[in-house]
Amino acid sequence: MKQAPEHTAAPLHYFIIRHSAFNIRHCFSLLLMLALLFFVATPSAAQVAVRGETMYTMAGEPINDGVVLLRGNKIERVGPASQVSIPSGYNVLSAKVVTPGLIDARSVIGLAGIYNVAHDQMQLETSSPIQPELRALDAYNPQEALVEWVRNLGVTTLHTGPSPGALASGSTIIVKTTGKTVNEALVDSVGMVAFTIGSSVSQNFRSPGTKSKSIAMIRSEFFKAQDYAAKMNEKDPSKRPARDLKLDMLSKVLAGEVKALFTAQTATDITSVLRLQKEFGFKLVFDGAAEAYLVIDEIKKAGVPVIIHPTMVRTGGELRNASMETAATLKKAGIPIAFQSGYESYVPKTRVVLFEAAIAIANGLPWNDALAALTIEPARLLGIEKRVGSLEAGKDADVVLFDGDPFEYTTRVCGVVVNGVVVSETCR
Amino acid sequence: MTLRIFTAFLFCVLACSALAQEKPHVFRGATIYPIEGSPVENGILVVLNGKIVAVGPAATVTVPADAVVHNVPGKVIMPGLVDTHTHLGGGDGGDQSAPLQPDVRILDAINVRSDNLKKAVAGGITTANIMPGSGHLMSGQTAYVKLRRANTINDMLVCSDPINDICGGMKMANGTNSIRSAPFPGTRAKSAALVRQLFVKAQEYRAKVQAAKGDPAKMPKRELDMEALVQVLEGKRIVHHHTHRHDDILTVLRLAKEFGFRVVLHHVSEAWKVADEIAKAGVPSSIIVLDSPGGKLEAVNIRWENGAALEQAGALVGFHTDDGITDSRLFLRSAAFGVRSGMSREKALEAMTLAGAKMLDLDHRIGSLNVGKDADFIILSGDPLSLYTHVEQTWVEGQKVFDRSNPDDYKYAVGGFDVFRESVHVDACEEGGAQ
Repeated sequence: MKQAPEHTAAPLHYFIIRHSAFNIRHCFSLLLMLALLFFVATPSAAQVAVRGETMYTMAGEPINDGVVLLRGNKIERVGPASQVSIPSGYNVLSAKVVTPGLIDARSVIGLAGIYNVAHDQMQLETSSPIQPELRALDAYNPQEALVEWVRNLGVTTLHTGPSPGALASGSTIIVKTTGKTVNEALVDSVGMVAFTIGSSVSQNFRSPGTKSKSIAMIRSEFFKAQDYAAKMNEKDPSKRPARDLKLDMLSKVLAGEVKALFTAQTATDITSVLRLQKEFGFKLVFDGAAEAYLVIDEIKKAGVPVIIHPTMVRTGGELRNASMETAATLKKAGIPIAFQSGYESYVPKTRVVLFEAAIAIANGLPWNDALAALTIEPARLLGIEKRVGSLEAGKDADVVLFDGDPFEYTTRVCGVVVNGVVVSETCR
Repeated sequence: MTLRIFTAFLFCVLACSALAQEKPHVFRGATIYPIEGSPVENGILVVLNGKIVAVGPAATVTVPADAVVHNVPGKVIMPGLVDTHTHLGGGDGGDQSAPLQPDVRILDAINVRSDNLKKAVAGGITTANIMPGSGHLMSGQTAYVKLRRANTINDMLVCSDPINDICGGMKMANGTNSIRSAPFPGTRAKSAALVRQLFVKAQEYRAKVQAAKGDPAKMPKRELDMEALVQVLEGKRIVHHHTHRHDDILTVLRLAKEFGFRVVLHHVSEAWKVADEIAKAGVPSSIIVLDSPGGKLEAVNIRWENGAALEQAGALVGFHTDDGITDSRLFLRSAAFGVRSGMSREKALEAMTLAGAKMLDLDHRIGSLNVGKDADFIILSGDPLSLYTHVEQTWVEGQKVFDRSNPDDYKYAVGGFDVFRESVHVDACEEGGAQ
């Protein structure tokens, strides 16, 4: 991906000139081969420009007849076609609507796979309820079919990791939806640490069996981590404790180096997490928050952003009171929101953030806020807004092309660019 | 005794006079999608006593003088949606005792007070085929229901006599769902063999019934499972067959041909691979639209293009929610995704209505806005295939069963705390679960 695209094109031309004296049959087959090569190589070989009848940059007003010039894996220039001319030789992709690459703010894709059989379900370790030391980094499969599925529907950045269901289930990662290895995909190796408060935890573990016990167990671990962190700061190395991966990670959370992502659905659980945050002072992001609308003031006062449950989530169990209007309610209250695909245990195996945002619009969320909650808002929430989330010079070349209103059911995603590479040109 | 007869008589007089005095309802100004025929701009729909009595362009339909007029300009009216495969009402079908349980009826287990029935009318569904589960080769008898306001299951059933009428189809499944430890089959071949053996038995039972020629003394002993299967063999009870993989689909077609039963394929994840074979067999497909493939091995290759592939092959296509797999409130989304992936608008809308009606043998009563058919229709705020469109009203047999402007109905359309306030004591028992 770091290879400058124009360098791959040059030898091809050289090749054709050198062999132009060959007999006609050779020449024909060579041309055929070249045509094939060109066809295959074009998407990544030429410099790419994306032109949109309407371009939502998420950094200012939408541009009519906008152009994004890409250079390598970055955005070079953005502006109206009247000001940004496309140099010759560029591979130009055109569409009715162009947006930045979409961000799925909370997923399990790559840990949970499409087949739903034991060997591709790595989203939750149930040997112990508190294991923040488990890293999504060590479990993410970048070649998972569901990664390709959401990528083809416009998702270019994934915040993925362990599912809810343990008090602390491990750390998440932020990846691009390309790359054949996790290292190639990686944006941030430690996104957040995932915690869950709620009755789902007690279904996976003998203890905690109650919510009160859950909070008591987490508080105890946090106190241990505080103690551990203090001892690790001893000047005399001999007085420092042996390194403990679990307490290491919890210390980072308590020090504010890594955000705590708390899944909590009921108003009771949301309130409990806010109490924990007040006691320990970690940086908090809510996940799910089905009953957030009952405790709006408390969430707003604490300044906590919400990665809201999928709008189409099944309304059972802890989510029985989920409303399709919650995204709109939170936004109206001034609470930052982002959309997620979440965790699905059965069919469909993942949700798609584009579709979840759409249903939120149909239920009161302003259109622009919905697009922001798929792009610049999650970028800020994940601390990667300097790289992704808007179409601006210097940012990653992640672009999505649509043949109409991106949220309309019958509109198709007709092109996806990740890190400057055109990964899809098929309308879906 | 005399008093009781008198009371019954009085009740009848009152009820009959109430019916006689019912005024026609007129819906004026909407774009009407009759499904059979082109959309009608500025149309008029007239309903009386639960039936459609007139429908057409404003210029051609006479509005009765005593009518209750609903002015609905800018709205869209189309037939109530038909969900050919759903699990509304929280019922369960067969148990773990056997893989084939044709004697079991889902109508004995439906809770008419379930929240999901209210969500279904919020989604515009007026007729549903409520299915027992798919963990068996044969999970039991399905129930065709109208989503009327109901106090008992009898108020919802399409049939009028649940003891003697045929009130639904027969749910069958193949593939991996029903492959389990004994007495369930362990392989696909065994699955088919068990089904064939049972149908052979049913053929023999049917022969005995025919030989008796109505003589009660010669009739075989009553067997509930055999009676239901004879109805299947005689084409009076349609088989609704869960099937995903291309080879499983063909197995269903093979068995249907061998025993001559009428079948509707359900889910049909790999229809795009065998659309021509399905069309050639003349078998309808009820498909589902999922936001992603997978979640089970058989659904890994499901495609949104199934609708288009079947349409192009010339097969009858319908949609279903499989609620709770997908949400009844968002059922119209299925048609939109069909169009997104190549279906024609006409066939996609037909698939939500008339095609489903045909699959339930109810197209003489529902599925299109034709004079004489049941007054089952929905009023939409706009284009049926648009995200921005809401179901504003749902009517079943001339009765309004959902109105988005009514706060009590609205909460079922969007969800939220108040919806469940009444049933919190029940839900507390099942809290958890989802994750």
